[in-house]
Amino acid sequence: MSELTLVQAVNRGLAEAMRADPDVLLLGEDIGVNGGVFRATEGLQKEFGAERVIDTPLSETGIVGTAIGMALYGLKPVAEIQFLDFIYPAFDQIVSELAKFRYRSGGQYPCHVVIRAPYGGGIKGGLYHSQSTEAFFCHTPGLKVVIPSTPSDAKGLLLTAIHDEDPVIFLEPKRIYRSVTGEVPEGDTRVPFGSARIVREGTDVSLFAYGAMIPPTTEAAEALAAEGISAEVIDLRSLVPLDERAVLASVEKTGRAVVVHEAARFCGFGAELSAILAEQAFYSLKSPIVRVTGYDTPFPYALENVYLPNTEKIATAARNSVRAG
Amino acid sequence: MAEIAPRTLEGSSPVGSSDSLPPNRLLQAYRWMVLARVLDERCLSLQRQGRIGFYAPLSGQEGAQVGAALALAAEDWIFPAYREIAVALVRGVTLRSIMDQLIGNSTDLARGTQMPNHFAFRGQNYVSASSPIGTQITQAVGAAMAAQFRKEPLVTIAFFGDGATSSNDFHAGLNFAGVFRAPTIFFCQNNEWAISLPRERQTVSKTLAQKADAYGFPGVVVDGNDVNAVYLAVRAARDRAVSGAGPTLVEAQVYRFGPHSTSDDPRRYRTDAQVASARERDPVTLLKTSLIAQKLLEESADQAIWEDARRAFAAALEEAEKTTPLDPLSIFDNVFASRTPRLEAERTEAEASLRSGGAN
Repeated sequence: MSELTLVQAVNRGLAEAMRADPDVLLLGEDIGVNGGVFRATEGLQKEFGAERVIDTPLSETGIVGTAIGMALYGLKPVAEIQFLDFIYPAFDQIVSELAKFRYRSGGQYPCHVVIRAPYGGGIKGGLYHSQSTEAFFCHTPGLKVVIPSTPSDAKGLLLTAIHDEDPVIFLEPKRIYRSVTGEVPEGDTRVPFGSARIVREGTDVSLFAYGAMIPPTTEAAEALAAEGISAEVIDLRSLVPLDERAVLASVEKTGRAVVVHEAARFCGFGAELSAILAEQAFYSLKSPIVRVTGYDTPFPYALENVYLPNTEKIATAARNSVRAG
Repeated sequence: MAEIAPRTLEGSSPVGSSDSLPPNRLLQAYRWMVLARVLDERCLSLQRQGRIGFYAPLSGQEGAQVGAALALAAEDWIFPAYREIAVALVRGVTLRSIMDQLIGNSTDLARGTQMPNHFAFRGQNYVSASSPIGTQITQAVGAAMAAQFRKEPLVTIAFFGDGATSSNDFHAGLNFAGVFRAPTIFFCQNNEWAISLPRERQTVSKTLAQKADAYGFPGVVVDGNDVNAVYLAVRAARDRAVSGAGPTLVEAQVYRFGPHSTSDDPRRYRTDAQVASARERDPVTLLKTSLIAQKLLEESADQAIWEDARRAFAAALEEAEKTTPLDPLSIFDNVFASRTPRLEAERTEAEASLRSGGAN
């Protein structure tokens, strides 16, 4: 066990996977000599060489397209997109190619690429260094989408991603890269996909969140506890595949649901979660599902604190949910 | 600025030179080209009869495709677009396998997931094709980088058209290949038309091959109607790639005789006279004339080659058409390595719907 930040845990996971399997290699912009703009790949080129930690030209479609070719050939590439906001030049490769290779070839050409990308706001990054567009990828059959919120999950989910047989979009909450620390077990301690984590048990209301929204959601639950409201906090961790059983079990117990994410509300991941609850847990619900999310505006720079969900907004929503029925 | 003058290989190694295709392989090349032509004509007609849903013809490109494919080794990886049936034939893909995909039956190796022409034949290193233009180019570079990484002496080759030279992945792919000296061949079949857009509206570059100059490696122009010239150009590119010297862009100049696809009406944008003029340099006829002149072929033997091709096609079609249809629930296969609980639930839902006739 060692106490690591979330970004250090990512680095640890990459290093351990590369030591264990010579087919694992990394490619991306500024990941080699520079160790990545967030230092997620710090020291890795030194240890594994420039052939396995590849600094690429500045082209996301080049990064993902070549990673796909490597994966088809049998390697296990882990591509870094510097910010999720810059992934769109590679969107065609991800949505039209990566997600569909196994399917469209009748299983002849599985294509296992892991794409890591820091996402999310709260770092004064404005329009193009802050967005949470996980829903685009969740809406694409053939992709798995995971988002850790703790250092041990960052390493454990990353190891699972690298050893998985399917393409994985691995989103890293950059806002908490360094603010969250925790014990990270040594060795190959994989965290399975499709398994939510109960952060805190409760009986009155279920708070669903992931990534950088876990700290304010947990704080809200603590504040609610002081008022006598028992909130359960579920960290979804894996959006695709989703642990629907855990989601339903929690709401069957509490009868109330608050869904929290940074992304814009309309057609966001919360819409899917709400639909699942409405379809499958309707008779357990005592009050309407509430979403606490980014607003349906582009991500603002100077006023990002107005835009982002925070402890107060989450606590208010949960309180209203409990009072409503 | 220096004058950009891509090397032209046309005529530089005439038939009969020591590097050229020997008579027996030239004759074999002709058989492949005839077979592709027969398949092409029959498939256009099958589409009109409603027996296949769609087709993208390759007529006019047989020489380029067969010449390129003959220059490759079995271990090389093909990254095709959707018009490369002659390449698949040379690689050893059976007519039956091609017809299975065009029909989308239960023995289609792509399991009915794709429109006709979007083949995947793993056994022949013929990678799954898609409809978006140019995306296979960066993938071919990545696979070449992987081969290089594993020190396996093979090449990858990306097939694409003149339209693809405007795509993002063309530029990204060539740039990456140049930077990493990837053992890749970029094989552009410039057939003059990207659906309705003529070559001169795609780019004002004098040639497509000269675009390689900007990425720091050679680009060559070759007469795509001359199977031997294409073979020599691709073989040279292959030798260069395997030796570690890096990629080559080969521009094979051809003409698309048919429509872009069965959904296209080329009379909206070009005249029959233009097509007739291009057909004067039909690669199949050119090779036949050359073979007869060299006394490698006689008219009667030629007749037999065409008849064999028609017979082989008819037999494959018959087999493919009597093959059972796909299992409707197979739509849930191969989304992931194994079905998620959600897909499992949807499969059950579809099964119930099929049982009650809901699918229709």
